[in-house]
Order: sequence, then C-alpha cells, then structure tokens
Amino acid sequence: MAVISGISEWVIALLVLLGAVLSFLSAIGLVRLPDIYLRSHAATKGATLGVLCILSGAFLYLMLFLDILSVKLLLGIVFVFITSPVAGHLNGRAAYRSGVPLWEKSVQDDLRRDLNKEISKE
Amino acid sequence: MKAQILSNLSLAFLWMAFTGNWSGSGFIIGYLIGAAFVMLLRPFWSAPLYLSRVWAVLRLIGIFIKELIVSSFAVIRYILTPRLAIQPGIFAYHTELKSDWEVTLLSCLICLTPGTLTLEVSEDGDTLYIHAMNIEDVSLHAEQIRNSFEKAIKEVTR
Repeated sequence: MAVISGISEWVIALLVLLGAVLSFLSAIGLVRLPDIYLRSHAATKGATLGVLCILSGAFLYLMLFLDILSVKLLLGIVFVFITSPVAGHLNGRAAYRSGVPLWEKSVQDDLRRDLNKEISKE
Repeated sequence: MKAQILSNLSLAFLWMAFTGNWSGSGFIIGYLIGAAFVMLLRPFWSAPLYLSRVWAVLRLIGIFIKELIVSSFAVIRYILTPRLAIQPGIFAYHTELKSDWEVTLLSCLICLTPGTLTLEVSEDGDTLYIHAMNIEDVSLHAEQIRNSFEKAIKEVTR
C-alpha cells in the first residue's frame, strides 16, 4: 500500500507540474508570436492541455488520498474540451472576416483565393 | 443501434427484477448477461452490433490523445527556438465526411491538435480552411489528418 501511494504521489505531482509548465509555455507563445492566428494557436492549445493536466491531477488526488470521487472535476474536463476549440475557431474566423492580415512571412492563403471567387460570383 | 441498447437495458432490469437484487452489482451482472443475449441474437439485428461502435469511439479517443501529445511537443519546440523558424499559412482541406456532426467533430479535433486551427468551413461543408503553424509540407498535414481522424470518425458514424 505504501508503494502504491508513493507512486501515485509522484504521478499527481508530475501531472500538476506539467500542467503548470504547459500553461507557462502558452503564455510565452502569446507574447512572442507575431500575428493573431499564431497567438490563437498558443492560447487555445496551451490552456486546454494545461488545464486538463491540472484538473486530472486534482481528480486523482481527491480519489486516492481523500476517497472522494469528484464528478464535477470530470465534467469540468469534458466542458473545457468541448468549448475551447470552438472558442479558438470563432476567434480566428471573426478576425479573418474582419480583415486582420496574416504575418508577412506567411506562405500561402487558400481562403483569400476562394473568398474572392465567392465575391466575384455575386 | 438504439433498439439494441434499449433491449440490453431492459434485459438488465428484467434480471434485477428476477433476482430481487436492485444494487449496482446486480445491474452490472444483468447488463453483462443482456449483452450476451444481444450477441446471441446477432442474425436478427439489421444493424451491426452496438458494442463495435463503442469500441470505435474508444479508439478515436486513443488516437486523439496520441496526436495531442506528439504535436504539442512540436509546437513547444517552435515557441522555444530563439528565432521563429516557422512558415505559417492557410491551406484548403477537402474532406469526404458528409453530415454536420462528422464535420463539426473533425474541425474540433483539428482545432485541438497543436499546430493546426480550423478557420472556416465552406458553404457546402466539404472544404475546411486550416491555418497551420508550419506549412512546409501541406500534403503531409492533410495525409496525417485523413489517415488518423477521418478514418476513425468514419468508423464511429458508419
């Protein structure tokens, strides 16, 4: 039993630490990256992964050390997973539709081509 | 599909009524016996067994977690390199998925894997415009999506 609780302590500590590090990296990405779309990459993914790791660490801690099966934490994980990609997608789409330019070193832009086609048809 | 799940549940309740054991363990035993009966009646169902569908959903989750971990390491490497050695861009991805549900699920999975972000779905719903962090090889990105996510989603919905 002591061995199991020792191992689970390590796993929980690593999960929470990994989540914190991932959130920190996504914050660095927010500062460093040059345009909206790239920053949106960093924000969406970093938040999702970091929050996921921290919440699952908390869930395991409650389950193994306090004998509480926290369904709220599981639901929280599911909701973050469902909502964050949609938020990222809508931010990017709204930015593109209102004409925010891509970074100047961007290579290709198929969407501009097809949108222009649509407009010329009308 | 729905009929199979319903009959399995009703068999479980029938078992609980027979044994008079209304606890969780009684339900689980009854459900397993019901699943065995549903499998025995395989020739009479028009649809394939629903347990294979459950297996496909679990496989999709597994594939997703694998992609998530692999691609996050790639993005962390881009963020931490001193000069930004990336070439972002938007590429059009033609999908073979038909229903709204399938396309929504695919675009959410693409949004969640680091390095790609769905910007727009075309009017007819068969082209996704994906912003990629590093677009050095579009065909590679597209092939990856096609082989992993699209295949798994097709197995779930068909």
